[in-house]
Amino acid sequence: MNIIHVENLVKKFGAITAVDDIQLEVESGQIFGFLGPNGAGKSTTIKILATLLRPTAGKAAVAGFDVLANPNEVRRSIGLVFQDQSLDDRLTAQENLWFHAMLYDLPSSLFAERAEAVLRIVDLLDRRHSLVRTFSGGMKRRLEIARGLLHHPKVLFLDEPTLGLDPQTRNAIWKHVKALREGKGTTVFMTTHYMEEAEHCDKIAVIDHGKIQAVDSPARLKRMIGGDKIIVSGDDSLSDDIKTAYAVEVQKIGNDVHFQMAAGAEFVPRLVSDFAGRIKSIQVKEPSLEDVFLRLTGHSIRAQEASSLDQMRQAAQLWRRR
Amino acid sequence: MEETMRLALKTVYTIWLREAKTFVREKFRVIAMIGQPLLYLAVLGNGINSGVTLNGSGGINYLTFMYPGVIGMSILFTSIFSAVSIIWDREFGFLKEVLVAPVPRWAVALGKTLGGATIAIVQATILIFIAPVIGIHLSPGIIVEMWIMTFLIGVALTSLGIAIAARMSSMQGFQMIMNFLIMPLYFLSGAMFPLSSAPAWIKALMTVNPLTYFVDGLRNILFSGTTMASGGLVRRTIVEVATGAGLIRWSLLFDLSVVSLVAILLTATGAYRFSNQTE
Repeated sequence: MNIIHVENLVKKFGAITAVDDIQLEVESGQIFGFLGPNGAGKSTTIKILATLLRPTAGKAAVAGFDVLANPNEVRRSIGLVFQDQSLDDRLTAQENLWFHAMLYDLPSSLFAERAEAVLRIVDLLDRRHSLVRTFSGGMKRRLEIARGLLHHPKVLFLDEPTLGLDPQTRNAIWKHVKALREGKGTTVFMTTHYMEEAEHCDKIAVIDHGKIQAVDSPARLKRMIGGDKIIVSGDDSLSDDIKTAYAVEVQKIGNDVHFQMAAGAEFVPRLVSDFAGRIKSIQVKEPSLEDVFLRLTGHSIRAQEASSLDQMRQAAQLWRRR
Repeated sequence: MEETMRLALKTVYTIWLREAKTFVREKFRVIAMIGQPLLYLAVLGNGINSGVTLNGSGGINYLTFMYPGVIGMSILFTSIFSAVSIIWDREFGFLKEVLVAPVPRWAVALGKTLGGATIAIVQATILIFIAPVIGIHLSPGIIVEMWIMTFLIGVALTSLGIAIAARMSSMQGFQMIMNFLIMPLYFLSGAMFPLSSAPAWIKALMTVNPLTYFVDGLRNILFSGTTMASGGLVRRTIVEVATGAGLIRWSLLFDLSVVSLVAILLTATGAYRFSNQTE
């Protein structure tokens, strides 16, 4: 059985369906990404898998244990790095780790060695005896990741792990996550709404409105787009002419004409000769996950953010009225 | 089974230690904990003492009467605050770290309860050293009895706080607790005025307030080692005089029994409610 197994999972909050009948299989040792806009149901799914929320219907198992029947076994098998911070800032870095080690029943003989190792990974060894309240946002996040690794979990859940971090820290964290997978075979299950970040994953599930739209590797998902994106600018009738000449779907955005074409770079000379004198500029872009998302859901991940925020506000109002 | 018990005890100890450590580091809280009761005694106690005598008190002055009440008040405040830190932990996210850990939640609640009770004992121990200033003699026996009583009420009040905080998600609710729980518990505990002379409806409320039995018990304990002149040459302990004057209502054994019972009931309630919270 796979390390994460989700079957017909549903979670409703009142009238709102946050997770709508999803299926998921994550193989051991994978870095699995959950890509979607805010409010798509990513965090809700993680919370169910981590036994913090009870599903409305369906089944979920982590490391072979059912989240409802054996929550304690599930908790013992996982590490969790939350979207918002969960450290005690009145304790030092080392004390936060000690607290975690105690709750996860790590033998005290192992603690010193493990704490040093994880603090070294996140480059906080020299600050181990400082109070967490003196840490910057990035340092806190790194400490949380260190804490998540302390008990050598089989599955590490990262909920928007690099949210609000500078690119340098983000890269460092990715380096550690990958090293961890290589070294310990840890399965990493992460959520993100950053496209660049999803590129690091072995497999991505694209989720929108609580439904999974597609699951595959980033490369295969991009192949689904059916070629590179070509952006041409030129005279006004160019758009219609390209459409009839190559039998492709075109999109007119401002003065630019967008269309997809396999092996875009090799296609450019033909385009130039076919429309000699009519083209001002040509751009060829490899498809991005943003394009994949657009294709799958019909909207861009950024545009969705505003409306999902509205949804959350509505939900909050509903809740208050009860 | 044995393994579960070992894990539970380890959890209790861990949570307890965190309570103790973070308490010591919050200097503001430590200062407030000692400063507030001193202020009450020095200003309010002395102020009332100079203008008011208790009806038929048999010569016990107001400051002496109020002293155990002020200890009760400060324990009430500290214990509820200890528990209400759950709301704080929730706001700042730390609670999630605890809730997702592979440990029984009742053990977390119990650790928190014992942490609150420990802080209450430390506080009572500091405040008891004012006793000689007020003219009350201490003995090792008195201090031990006071520790037992304080531990029990500390457990009861912290658990009460946990039971409330387990279902409260924001600091906004805290003001409500302050106005509609802590202050009434304090006013209706016999700390400021004796139950015997209160109007019937207040008397009824005081009788159902567990803190009343703690304050009464503390008077039984603290007044037991000091004698005072009572009618000519006869000297009696303040307990005897106060009991005769209705300033002490019940026996120490009765007070202790009520507080113990309440402590057990509230601990179970607090642990139950904490275990059944979602996130």
